[in-house]
Amino acid sequence: MTVLPGLDCNHVVELVTDLLDGDLDAVTARRVEQHLTECPGCDAYVEQIHRTVGALGGATVEGLSPQAQQELVHAFRTFHRGA
Amino acid sequence: MPGATDGAVTLPTSASGDDDAELVRRLRAGDEEIFRRLVVQWSPAMLHLARTCVASTQSAEDVVQDAWLGVLRGLPGFQGRSSLRSWVFTIVINRARSRGVREARTITWSPLGAEDQHGPTVDPARFQGQEGRYPGHWTLTGAPTRWDEHPERRALTQEALDLVRGELGGLPPRQRLVVTLRDVHGVSSEEVCEALDISPQNQRLLLHCGRAVLRTRLEEYYRGR
Repeated sequence: MTVLPGLDCNHVVELVTDLLDGDLDAVTARRVEQHLTECPGCDAYVEQIHRTVGALGGATVEGLSPQAQQELVHAFRTFHRGA
Repeated sequence: MPGATDGAVTLPTSASGDDDAELVRRLRAGDEEIFRRLVVQWSPAMLHLARTCVASTQSAEDVVQDAWLGVLRGLPGFQGRSSLRSWVFTIVINRARSRGVREARTITWSPLGAEDQHGPTVDPARFQGQEGRYPGHWTLTGAPTRWDEHPERRALTQEALDLVRGELGGLPPRQRLVVTLRDVHGVSSEEVCEALDISPQNQRLLLHCGRAVLRTRLEEYYRGR
């Protein structure tokens, strides 16, 4: 295990959301990336967060009923004819 | 995709102002195809937003339909100070809230709730303490192991997918809302902040804690509990 002074695993796991959103400053981002290349535990952790997010992204979502959609398109048409 | 007959029309979904300007221009010009696509693409997230404030799925449908009519009426005056999508979401939330009040549905929408308090998202027992050789680093048994070291588990199984999506429903309401908007519906962090009127820090925290809980559930599943 490599020890990186000032950037421990329990700190890295709290930075993962900022890391994925690109919200870390450049210096911290580089240090986290470096940590990940040297720490299999944290690397696995980040990959698991990725997979978790990916699993949510594939979920089926409920939309409006076809009838409601039709009514809205009709309203849109009427609105623009009237305008 | 059923009903998508015109593949040449691209629908910008990012929060960037340029895309929005084009969307608004086409909507104002009466481009029915664009309107139809926005209704298809944005209504699921709108339904979820509405459902957090009103008492039934039917009420949420009514709110979303009504909100779209409000969008039609408000579009000529849309200033572009926020993204088009967060403006639309704000209309949904306002309508859902007034309806929720009429339905006497109690909602907690204070700027800060108990679930916003930030503790560690990973069990501290999984890290070495001050007496350890490398304080703050994973213990031997605490370190996560890759789920795909098991060849048969390379992709998340249907069972695991169902599990994580089910667990999403068990998160505290504000975490659930932010994680759903971000990760299920692909709404940007800026748009979530604008629509829910929360700070970037608050948004980040709700997302961070919610995702960490879901990861833990999946880990428990892969470890066989």
